[in-house]
Amino acid sequence: MAAGCAAPGSDAPQAENPTAAAPSTAPACGTAPVTLNAYFETGFPLPKALTAEFSKQHPNVKWDIREDQFAVITQNAPRVLADDPPDLMRLPQVSELVKDNLLKNMDGYAQAFGWDEWPASQLQQMRMAPGGKTRGEGSLYATGLNFSMTGVFYNKKLAARIGMSAPPTTLAELDDLLAKAKAAGIDPIAQFNGGATGGLAFPLQNLMAAYGPAAPINDWIFQKPGATIDTPSNLQAAQHLAKWTKAGYFWKDVNAVDYATMMSRFIDGKGLFMFNGDWESGNLDKQMAGDAGFFLMPSAQDGGELAAMSAPLAFGVGARSKNADCAAFFLNWVATDSKARDITVEVGGSHPMGPADGHMPSVKPGTVTESTLAAGAKIAEDNGAMDFIANATGAIYAKSWTPNLQKLVAGQQTPEGLLKAVQSDYKSQVGGN
Amino acid sequence: MTGPTPDKAVDLAERRPGPTARTRSRVRRGGRRGSRLIGWLFVLPALAFYVVFVLRPITLTFQYSLYTWNGIGPSTWAGAGNYLKVFTDPDLFQSILNAVKLIVFFSAIPVLLGLAIASAIRRVAASRLALVARTVIFLPQVIPLVAAGIAWSWLLSSTGVINQVLTAVGLGGVTRAWLGDFSTALPAVGVIGAWVLLGLCTLLLLAGMSKIDPALYEAARLDGAGPLREFVSITLPSLRQEIAVCVTVTVIAALASFDIIYISTQGGPGNATMVPGLEIYYLAFSERQVGVASALAVVLMVLVIAVALPIQWLTRDRSS
Repeated sequence: MAAGCAAPGSDAPQAENPTAAAPSTAPACGTAPVTLNAYFETGFPLPKALTAEFSKQHPNVKWDIREDQFAVITQNAPRVLADDPPDLMRLPQVSELVKDNLLKNMDGYAQAFGWDEWPASQLQQMRMAPGGKTRGEGSLYATGLNFSMTGVFYNKKLAARIGMSAPPTTLAELDDLLAKAKAAGIDPIAQFNGGATGGLAFPLQNLMAAYGPAAPINDWIFQKPGATIDTPSNLQAAQHLAKWTKAGYFWKDVNAVDYATMMSRFIDGKGLFMFNGDWESGNLDKQMAGDAGFFLMPSAQDGGELAAMSAPLAFGVGARSKNADCAAFFLNWVATDSKARDITVEVGGSHPMGPADGHMPSVKPGTVTESTLAAGAKIAEDNGAMDFIANATGAIYAKSWTPNLQKLVAGQQTPEGLLKAVQSDYKSQVGGN
Repeated sequence: MTGPTPDKAVDLAERRPGPTARTRSRVRRGGRRGSRLIGWLFVLPALAFYVVFVLRPITLTFQYSLYTWNGIGPSTWAGAGNYLKVFTDPDLFQSILNAVKLIVFFSAIPVLLGLAIASAIRRVAASRLALVARTVIFLPQVIPLVAAGIAWSWLLSSTGVINQVLTAVGLGGVTRAWLGDFSTALPAVGVIGAWVLLGLCTLLLLAGMSKIDPALYEAARLDGAGPLREFVSITLPSLRQEIAVCVTVTVIAALASFDIIYISTQGGPGNATMVPGLEIYYLAFSERQVGVASALAVVLMVLVIAVALPIQWLTRDRSS
């Protein structure tokens, strides 16, 4: 009871000594037996597959793994990192964790292992400027096991029925295909937008990048001062999305469809297109072998640059972790060891992290995985990697994008109102922190 | 001189009138104090749990509600600011209104329907049908709320049984995703709550009816009362206590609802089914505004007490 009388949070973790220099030799796991404490996401086999292989190569390292659903990890991350810091942890958006001094600053490791020479866009989202306000620049606080890529999946059988022989190269072509599908009695777009997960944010952000450049969208997500989502090109994108909802391109019950329902319906052939990410490529290659394709969202202009939401599968080290060096060594191994990179592609389906010329496993031609990996290269070339607009603040997705997108579908919100409402919530959340 | 002198032998401490009486009474008083202490000892475990798990959280929640705090970092004093936000933020206030609307489904329907069903079952009390009916109606109370929420979201989905039945009887035009439609989501969630709570009310009311003296009904019938008259003049007044319990429990269930809504709609679409319980959870664990979440929790607690106390007072048996 005595502690309850002090103001809450008076025992908050303090900032690390910021002058922590790079170790003179690259950190490693040594030869003495060590057990790493890990906190992973339930339902994703990749981290466990990697830790198993790592222990094969480094038998002195054992793992104590705890798993939870991602929503649970998101809610628990601050408390777990403060009370019982894991050596290695699947992370939600990092900015609030960095502000509370809960994550290890990884600049020293980046220098020692040479992560600074990787394509900069891979780690950009894990950087925080001093003061912990702006993301996308400054010190490194996490890295990834791989990085995902979003775009448009399509059902090749349904595409053949409307005479679509190749993916659309402009937004106008995509519109044309949607209209043809609707006329042919095919559900044009498979998407989810139910509960607290507004999946229409996927097509919306793709449309934003089709109408305008990717960089201002990232600035907004990274909370750069003065950034706004309410721009003329984003308004065009929101209006375009509203046009799609009015034309009946989404399922009538889209506001009651969750992610799992969308996937099972798409695999069942109830939808020509689906805005989603390459974490499903392996799954679709298995369940719709040969019948699923993937393309990047086309630009509104002919030959315009392409952009996609792309994010590392973020993993970090607790600020007070006891085996931080070994955990960092593992993260470096995941990105550079050729066996690890094979596992990353085979099990995870996404592009491995690491140097641009790193080892790439051979992929069966004609598969979705092949197209998504190729798309990754194209995005790197156009510098079109964006974080997800749902990650701008901790609450912007569930409390702002989702209800407003659901209202847009029901005709209770206008495209202008959608952007204004989200921008106003954003300002109060960014200012309130 | 080996034994005590007679004088001394007589003069034993307990035989002296004054001190002895005092001693006795002191012993008696001490005994009472001892048994009182033992009484406290028996209460202590329960009291400790109550203090640690009920009073302490309530106190802390109230304390947190006066600060702006993200749950980890340092906090700043906010005074009544968080309470002001609860009543001025349209989203937060709307969630309280939604909970009030849910009372119709969680409370009015189960109590009224429960009365009708209990009277019907009472009439066939001896038959096997009554047993079956009782079991079937009470079953939802046994099923975990999470399972009920999942089952009903399947039933209410656009391809679910309810829409299939509607289509089969020629009402295909009204089919929709009940939980995904702005106008039907809150009533649909309410129906799930009504289904869950109907069993509890029916069983409570049935138990109350079995206590009513059958002679009362016989007398009423001799006086020429019909079934409706019996119900209004005998059944209803005799069930005052049971109805009070039903209304209290179900109103609290409506105001403090969480599980069913978290599973079936998560507050969507567009906040149409947002209730304070869910909002507190989102504020504390997703938005990390522990202060505002605590303020809303305190408001919810006061609201529940403010509603439950008058119900108790109104339905108290004033004859005793």
